[in-house]
Amino acid sequence: MKQKKKSFSAVIGISVLLLFVILLENISALIPGLPQVFQPTSPLFTVLKKAAVYSLVAVSMNLLNGFTGLFSLGQAGFMLLGAYTYAILMVPADQKEQVYYLFGGCAFDSSLMDVLGKLFGTSGAGGAVSMILSCLIALILAGCVAGVFAYLIGIPVLRLKSDYLAIATLGFAEILRAIFQWQKLGKVTNGANMIKGFPTFSSFNITNSSGQIVLRLSTFVPFLIVSLCIVLIVLLINSSYGRAFKSVRDDEVAAEAMGINLFRHKMLSFVISSFFAGVGGALFAMYVANAQAKAFTSVMTYEILLIVVIGGIGSVSGSVLATFLYVACSEWWLRFLDSEQYIGGFKVPLLRNGFRMVIFSIVIMVIVLFFSQGIMGSNEINIGALLNRFKKKERKQ
Amino acid sequence: MEYVISVLLSGISVGGQYALIAIGYTLVYGILRLINFAHGDVFMVAGLMGIYFTATLPISVSLPLVIILTVLLGFTIERAAYKPLREAPRMSVMISAIGVSYLLQNTATYVTGGQPMTYPDIPFLSSTVNVAGTHTKWVVIITPFLVLVLVFALTQLINHTKVGMAMRAVSKDFETSMLMGIRIDRVISATFVIGSALAAIGSILFFTNYPAITPTAGAMPGLKAFVAAVFGGIGSIPGAVIGAFLIGICETIIKGLPSSWDVSVFSDAFTFALLIIILVFKPQGLFGEAATDKV
Amino acid sequence: MGNALRLENVTMQFGGVVSVNNLSLEVPEKKIIALIGPNGAGKTTAFNCITGVYQPTNGLIEFMGKPIVRNHPTGKAAKSYKGQNEDKYKNEAVLSPTPDEITGMGIARTFQNIRLWKSMTVFENVLIAKHQHAKQTVFSAVFRGNLAEEKRMRDETMALLEEQGLDIYKDELAVSLPYGLQRRLEIARALATKPKLLLLDEPAAGMNPQETIELADFVRQIRKKYDLTVFLIEHHMDLVMNISDYIYVIDFGSEIARGIPEEVQNNKHVIEAYLGVAEEAENE
Repeated sequence: MKQKKKSFSAVIGISVLLLFVILLENISALIPGLPQVFQPTSPLFTVLKKAAVYSLVAVSMNLLNGFTGLFSLGQAGFMLLGAYTYAILMVPADQKEQVYYLFGGCAFDSSLMDVLGKLFGTSGAGGAVSMILSCLIALILAGCVAGVFAYLIGIPVLRLKSDYLAIATLGFAEILRAIFQWQKLGKVTNGANMIKGFPTFSSFNITNSSGQIVLRLSTFVPFLIVSLCIVLIVLLINSSYGRAFKSVRDDEVAAEAMGINLFRHKMLSFVISSFFAGVGGALFAMYVANAQAKAFTSVMTYEILLIVVIGGIGSVSGSVLATFLYVACSEWWLRFLDSEQYIGGFKVPLLRNGFRMVIFSIVIMVIVLFFSQGIMGSNEINIGALLNRFKKKERKQ
Repeated sequence: MEYVISVLLSGISVGGQYALIAIGYTLVYGILRLINFAHGDVFMVAGLMGIYFTATLPISVSLPLVIILTVLLGFTIERAAYKPLREAPRMSVMISAIGVSYLLQNTATYVTGGQPMTYPDIPFLSSTVNVAGTHTKWVVIITPFLVLVLVFALTQLINHTKVGMAMRAVSKDFETSMLMGIRIDRVISATFVIGSALAAIGSILFFTNYPAITPTAGAMPGLKAFVAAVFGGIGSIPGAVIGAFLIGICETIIKGLPSSWDVSVFSDAFTFALLIIILVFKPQGLFGEAATDKV
Repeated sequence: MGNALRLENVTMQFGGVVSVNNLSLEVPEKKIIALIGPNGAGKTTAFNCITGVYQPTNGLIEFMGKPIVRNHPTGKAAKSYKGQNEDKYKNEAVLSPTPDEITGMGIARTFQNIRLWKSMTVFENVLIAKHQHAKQTVFSAVFRGNLAEEKRMRDETMALLEEQGLDIYKDELAVSLPYGLQRRLEIARALATKPKLLLLDEPAAGMNPQETIELADFVRQIRKKYDLTVFLIEHHMDLVMNISDYIYVIDFGSEIARGIPEEVQNNKHVIEAYLGVAEEAENE
């Protein structure tokens, strides 16, 4: 009973959040004259989109590092695989010539969208169906490619102990980055150049016949996909397998002695985590509207790891919360540190390009050193409990 | 032939520079079981300090100053970011190391404005010399010898001094050494001091022969040096040196292969492939000792 | 009735050190058998060989009449081998199952220094031990197509906790329990894997005399109730003499005596090697 109530309130909570996002996106069209923050060009929406994407990657990393105790630093590599899978599958045939001009065209003639376009039509409702469906398939395939690679990589590296595993996965990510920049594969990967021209989040905005946006969905779509993925991860964590992962994290020897196949469960966690990192990578490509190997460096992995630490290792809601805070601070709230500011006639010293990141990394160090539990420790935000508390307060009043 | 000699020469030289960084990794790992992700960035900071100091001070003052300040930086990092986490799980310390690395890189971006900085010409080191028909800088010739001298000095230090003995004891068994009255914190500090000093010397040699320093310039040499340390058997100084020379030579050979093959993008990837192969087939490295877990 | 467990010429050598030397013993079904010996005699190493944590250098281990572990020294180990019978198993296939496979066969164990899952509750600690028998796949687990099985696992866990008198602590963190209860929880966790043979590694370590007496009753009870065979390592002479049907004594990895409690108690070698030490310990 308790379980049912909990999942019920979670479903309600997520639906409310998604509805809220749609409303937020379109409010400027409904009520004219709102402040700049609510306009579609506001950094608010950049932050929301990026944070949604990053939160999926952070949660997938937490599944591995926080719940299974495998210290892996390969997340950027799996994101890269997902991003490229999505990009390669989704560049429409008429764009290929332009995107791959250095290599005289692409190795594949048509994209997933073109194939489905033949089935459902390319304009109107049929066009929408074929785009949405092909995006979904490409996202799933992006995850699958990352998952398959994780399986292959996992065979040798999952037998390694903690820090060796970290450095080996980091190494694999670097190897992948080199392969995707190799000019010889240019017809597929476009060498060191970026792939673009594929559907992005803004492709989901609904337009009327004259091309005007009727309903904005470009923030809603990443939220929808990411919430779905995170729900799946949470369901996994709360299942018998999730408990087995935790037992491996707490004490490998005891887990093995209680009949848990270490290698199989580590592999499962690794593959599943990489699957979602792959999906996250594809979403990242949609967010930045291009895929380029240069973007997926180890710095990206470190960034995500630090998010996980800030949110609390072993807490899904902590990771999500931390991602939104992190992205909002780095993309929006702390931007003012990067340019000269005057208070009255006084020029605030030190403020210039790059200062934001210095402050930011100091804050991170403080959290790592003095608040090693992060925001949430290993606890979760419980919507039901929050509501209950709320109700109690109301009653008191 | 001349081409081969020049590739080999620069390979040995790059290897020597990696060796100086790798020793820092291997010493720290031997004692703290920590991959000091920030070590590569300490190396980068030493390079930047070299640029800023030589701009205002004479070489004879600025280079020693670089070494002293790098040592101070390494010491401070250990005291501020690793010492408070002595009792924490290993993952936390590694995360702290990544945090320090992030901080150093961002600070460097702030100070330099993100622009690549050119390393100054250092008299003698930067001047060219003709060896067997190929022109090269003196630094290329000097590096391997300097590395050998430093490594010899270091092994003497570790094998014949009191602090060296303490270092060996701590790396064998942390807890017992503590019970035996060895001052762990001093030994760890000594390790960071030695590692940073060598990284500073390495940075002078490395960047003299390198077009420009960016805030991320330390990350890749750092990782490669760590791979070298693992390859040679983590904790073993000769192992780290041999591993570093090997990686340096292989890397320059790959970079020197005909450009029509277009394999130079793999010069970094190769190092990691090597790492994974060694970890899978001989996880203790070439000269490392196998460890067993007690149940 | 046959033997639940049989060790034949088991030798475990680490580098140049022989921890277990040519150990042969039998644990008959439905009995309580003890393995005793002074500190560092190689008792836990023997357990680790049985449970797949270590692969013995040489020898054969049978469970319920079937060979489960078998090895002979090869390569480097053959050159430095100091034990005996290295040729005996040369022509037979090497068997080296992992610990989870051994557990799956029906051997469960506890640990000398309690190894409970620290971040988990008492309930979860036992529940996880049921995971290996779960039929669900990852997909059915994620999409909750396994609710009946999940409920069965939870019910069985609850029943087990009630039996052990641990149900009142079910939502507490395992590590927050008092020491004696942690030991009991570890045994409950081992029972949750539905073993035929239970290996107890010093179950009375750190217990006071009263708790030790209770433990003896407890071990006898669960042996009967779950129709188990029990093989234990112990330091507490009272406990061993009290509950064992048969005792093996080892020192420096080799067997020095075997017999029923009375025989072992009066054995000269045992008194020299072991009981002398134990008496001193008792005088403290």
